[in-house]
Amino acid sequence: MQKRSMIRAAVLAAVAPWFLLGSAHAEKILKIGVNGVMSGEAASWGLVNKYCAETTADMYNAKGGVDIGGQKYKIEVVALDDKNDPKVSVTNAEKLTSQGIKYIIGPNIDTTALAVKPVVERAHALNFPYAFAKELYKAPANASVLGMVASYQVGPIIYEYLKNKKGVKSIAFLARNESDAKNQQAEGVAAARKLGLKVVADSDSYEPGTKDFMPVMTKIIRDKPDHIVLSGVAPADAPLLNKAARDLGFKGSISTETGQDSKILAQVAGDKARGFISVGGASTPEIQSDYMKAFIAAYKKRVGEWNDEAGTKVYALELILAVLKQNPAAVNNTEAFKKTMATFSMSNPFVKGGKTRLEFTGKADFGRRSQVGVPLVVNEFTGKDFKTLFVGTIKN
Amino acid sequence: MLQVLINGIVLGSVYALIALGLTMVFSIMRVVNFAHGQMYMLGAFVVYYLYGQFQLPFWLALPLAGLALAVVGVLFNRLFFQPVLASAKREENSMLMAVGTALLLENLALTLFGEKQRGVPPVVDGSFIFGDISEGGAILTYPNAMVAALSVTAIAALLLFVQYTRPGRALRAVAQDKEAARLQGVDVKSITTLGFAIGAALAGLAGGLLVTIYGVNSGIGSNISTKAFIMIMIGGAGVTSGAIVGGVLLGFAEAIGYDLLPGSLTYLLIFVAMIVFLVFKPNGLFGKPWG
Repeated sequence: MQKRSMIRAAVLAAVAPWFLLGSAHAEKILKIGVNGVMSGEAASWGLVNKYCAETTADMYNAKGGVDIGGQKYKIEVVALDDKNDPKVSVTNAEKLTSQGIKYIIGPNIDTTALAVKPVVERAHALNFPYAFAKELYKAPANASVLGMVASYQVGPIIYEYLKNKKGVKSIAFLARNESDAKNQQAEGVAAARKLGLKVVADSDSYEPGTKDFMPVMTKIIRDKPDHIVLSGVAPADAPLLNKAARDLGFKGSISTETGQDSKILAQVAGDKARGFISVGGASTPEIQSDYMKAFIAAYKKRVGEWNDEAGTKVYALELILAVLKQNPAAVNNTEAFKKTMATFSMSNPFVKGGKTRLEFTGKADFGRRSQVGVPLVVNEFTGKDFKTLFVGTIKN
Repeated sequence: MLQVLINGIVLGSVYALIALGLTMVFSIMRVVNFAHGQMYMLGAFVVYYLYGQFQLPFWLALPLAGLALAVVGVLFNRLFFQPVLASAKREENSMLMAVGTALLLENLALTLFGEKQRGVPPVVDGSFIFGDISEGGAILTYPNAMVAALSVTAIAALLLFVQYTRPGRALRAVAQDKEAARLQGVDVKSITTLGFAIGAALAGLAGGLLVTIYGVNSGIGSNISTKAFIMIMIGGAGVTSGAIVGGVLLGFAEAIGYDLLPGSLTYLLIFVAMIVFLVFKPNGLFGKPWG
């Protein structure tokens, strides 16, 4: 009897792992790609995308996965660094799509986003770039969804606010010498002129990698603007530019149309960045929901510290999952996803109150809804943290 | 114009300090240390943690940054460069090694320190004001003045060391002719290690000094290396005075260029000028190392 029991136990022990393996195989995996710059000076742009996607995945996976059409999917994020190099970005896109990945977050700039467009289209995938080139989102293009608010959408709103509320009459533009930033500068200049502001500097730029901004800022300040716009400025440059302007005695206001991080501003520029206006998403405590607070806690657990840039980047994967939940056919079919996009609407889980809607937007700028409807939150730096200056809406 | 002059002096002195370490390593080993910028970045992070986070006095944190990078330099030289140089039959091997160490340090830093820009509290605060900028006046901030003064001091100290001390003379001898130096009884291996350590320490010192005004991030290294490379090519790779002059020239070219030209043209013209210059003077302004 004892011998028989021992044989049974041995057989059970031998067979059990195969059963366990079988059940593990039965678990479905939803792979999400992230393709963006994760090294070099602009690393924070792509890394924050990656960390946000991984944090969202952590939160869902901790509850057993995301429920799509009655089936639980574990989320797996596959992140690749494109080094802001179009060739690498194309290779990454090919790698991701060859794995059957249908939804890719990124890339971060126009040149890389435009380079991967044919790859994404050919693979019938959908990507969510953080680049503003309109040809990515306007027909006939049909494989990209803008992941955040574009500079040409938020710029005019900020300039109008400054003109009406702060009495700004003249404005100067300074851009990072890259195609994205120069495009943003040109669009900003046109918007400012349309509003009747006097543009005293419209083409000044600095080389990426510049650390001493006194020379470039000296010229801007001699033009005596009431306000300086930093076009396409990287989070690493923003505090140094603010510091240089204040060190040179500039008394006016400064803004940018990209997301920034308060800790970086506080550490590098401190009080000299006080009043600096930038774009947020759901970063400031005044508008955060409990879900956003939980997201921040999960992000800190994964990464070690919070980055305010993430306030504009929490949305992409959450929205992808929400659409897939509503239309399970879209898991492997981006055409089904696009059909749902046109009418999709949900309560924004990251903003408190439950009244803010999260949907796809962009009809006014791109002729169709090909943009994640991130709330247009304009922040002001207090010397230590951001406070929400106002919340606007993108025309749809 | 006074502001342009001040900007040029500050930039020039800072650039000269950055270029000096790179030229030191090149003169001794004939290796373009592509990891120079990453060593600068490490030095900046040492000061960021010691002074910015653990609140040690800056005047202690700064030499410690130099010392820490000297140790890194010794390790890199002994573990990576000397074995490769001893067995390599092609110069490209040492270049590839340098590029590899640069990537290693950058990725290590990204993992350890994260992607964010970091900064430290100012060591000194305030400005010398010479009138309103918009009316042609100028401003020199105390931090910029401190950085320029310390850069010049560090450069002068290195020149005195190389000129008047026994190890300094050995460094010059190795740079001029390794074999002759060996025949004169110089321990070439040790002196080469010393040269690499000084080069790395200068990068660390520059990073530790400049983090007080520019901050630091893990990806800063490549741009620093590129600029340092431009400077030593202008001055003459391996020549101390060449690195200083190259640094000052680039500093003034930037300051004047940004003042007179659209921003995008400044570096374009700097590169075009460098190409034309190197066609006529391929060894730079000062020719070959100490030769």
